[in-house]
Amino acid sequence: MAASPALEAPETVDRQGRRWFYRHPLVIRLAHWINAAVLLVLLMSGLQIFNAHPALYWGATSTFDDPALAITSEQGRDGTNRGVVTVGAHTLDTTGVLGLSKQDGTEIERAFPAWATLPADQDLATGRRWHFLFAWALVINGAVYLLYGLFSGQLRRRLIPDGDQIRDFGGSVKEHLLLRFPEGTEAKRYNVIQKLTYLVLILGLLPAMVLAGLAMSPGMDAAWPWLTELFGGRQSARSVHFIAAGLIVLFVVVHVLLVIVSGLVNNMRGMVTGWFSLGRDRESAR
Amino acid sequence: MILHRRKLLTAGAGLMGTALLSGCDKFAGTETGQRTLKVGEDANQYVQRLLMSPTTLAREFPASMISPWFKPNGTIDPPDRGYRALAAQKFSDFKLTVDGLVQTPLALSLADLRALPSRTQITRHDCVEGWSCIGQWSGVPLAEILKKAGLKPQARYAVFHCADTLEFEAGPKGGGKGRGQGASLVRPTHPGAVREAYVQLAAADDWGGPSTATEAPKDDWGQGSPAPEPEPTGIPIRYYESIGLYDVFNPQTILAYDLNGKPLPVSNGAPLRLRVERQLGYKQAKYVMRVEMVESLAGIGQGSGGYWEDRGYEWYAGI
Repeated sequence: MAASPALEAPETVDRQGRRWFYRHPLVIRLAHWINAAVLLVLLMSGLQIFNAHPALYWGATSTFDDPALAITSEQGRDGTNRGVVTVGAHTLDTTGVLGLSKQDGTEIERAFPAWATLPADQDLATGRRWHFLFAWALVINGAVYLLYGLFSGQLRRRLIPDGDQIRDFGGSVKEHLLLRFPEGTEAKRYNVIQKLTYLVLILGLLPAMVLAGLAMSPGMDAAWPWLTELFGGRQSARSVHFIAAGLIVLFVVVHVLLVIVSGLVNNMRGMVTGWFSLGRDRESAR
Repeated sequence: MILHRRKLLTAGAGLMGTALLSGCDKFAGTETGQRTLKVGEDANQYVQRLLMSPTTLAREFPASMISPWFKPNGTIDPPDRGYRALAAQKFSDFKLTVDGLVQTPLALSLADLRALPSRTQITRHDCVEGWSCIGQWSGVPLAEILKKAGLKPQARYAVFHCADTLEFEAGPKGGGKGRGQGASLVRPTHPGAVREAYVQLAAADDWGGPSTATEAPKDDWGQGSPAPEPEPTGIPIRYYESIGLYDVFNPQTILAYDLNGKPLPVSNGAPLRLRVERQLGYKQAKYVMRVEMVESLAGIGQGSGGYWEDRGYEWYAGI
């Protein structure tokens, strides 16, 4: 097997013969949980901001009559209101959740429902304040994580696929689809799909999210016009920001599901205390 | 069984979400909460000012990119009798007042303003709600007007007093400056809601005011005859905005009288609107009647520097 520093991490065996290793250093554990809370606030305040003009466009400006995506409410043929999501030429009835939903028992017309936004009531000003404050928290927390990861070697060790992992990519995909998770020494490192997903999130989606957000700022556009151009205009940047948010939500859903099916207690213990169990010792007879 | 557990999980998640939400909302309502939430604005202004200078220009666009329709927002047809009388006379009697901390207070007609050096710029207007339009603006650089008036050394901010009433402050009995504590008849929550607020006002008995608010705005000058002034149920709160010297002397900061080569339509702020291109739409005050130079914003409105600022929006609207 190709030498992987992750596989050689020190481990201890307890009296019951269970193998343990220290999987997550304190900085990474803190960064993880701060990130989780910050992303939740950013998502909910972001949906509040989106609700102020629940339509997306492509290019520099808004073409009000034909948005790329819109969440509205309209009167159906039977005279009752319904919530509608329009994507291009397609429409989808989303009554109850998107476009038309209930708050405290009253039906109200709003893109995202009250339970999904921060604040719950329609309040763009406060939503923006939450969003900008926590955007700074995201950037500072992310910078601490990246600097620590780079200088401690953790980033490389955890996220860059090892040679043998790349060679056995197909096998890894198959194991993943069958929900078979490695045990023992192999569990000391993330599998190749996991590594690539985290890389896309940490170096791709989250930075793209921050940059697309900045590209919407008229002040930033004056200071760094190239940034807005990079996204193809302010309205494109707004759409990219929205799509990237959706992809991050998708990541979180899959991430949480996999945390549950691959051993909820062990995974949570790992991310809270740092210690991760590799299971009973079967490799070396004692 | 599975269904039961799912229900339980959903209810649990819902409860947690509700607890988090109401906790956050409670925090945002406290003094400390508001001050904490303002930290983001201060950081944004600080960092953006590191990245630009007072003379940095916003991007300008080719004429081919001008939006076919420039979405009017906020007030689109001021109900005020004084304004409607001016509009009926095609603003021939309009005089822009320039006063406050200036050496020579001025009163400038549209003809006076058009005789001053002008600037034309095709820029993108970014609304706080999220949409954008590109338009061509022509007008007088604010710096030219203030050069004529001469600033006193204490002058720090330019305050723009506008003609359009957005709400009424309740009489002395109404009291209370609390947020949303019934200090006014109607309290729009964001610029797009102003029109709805007018519709509500028009429907209210004690408004007695213009039905025109619910109709399409009359964009051609000189059409509408003066509508009855609303019953005096309180002190009208007319739109106001302010910018600091950092933006006052930027070459793109103009008082615009033309949009896309034609006199500014009423819905877009006739006869004069501010353009301060490095900031969001709500800074671009419409129906500007008076420019007042001040040392501090403490005495303006509730002290945050603008109509929307006093309702929770950022004074620095660069993001």
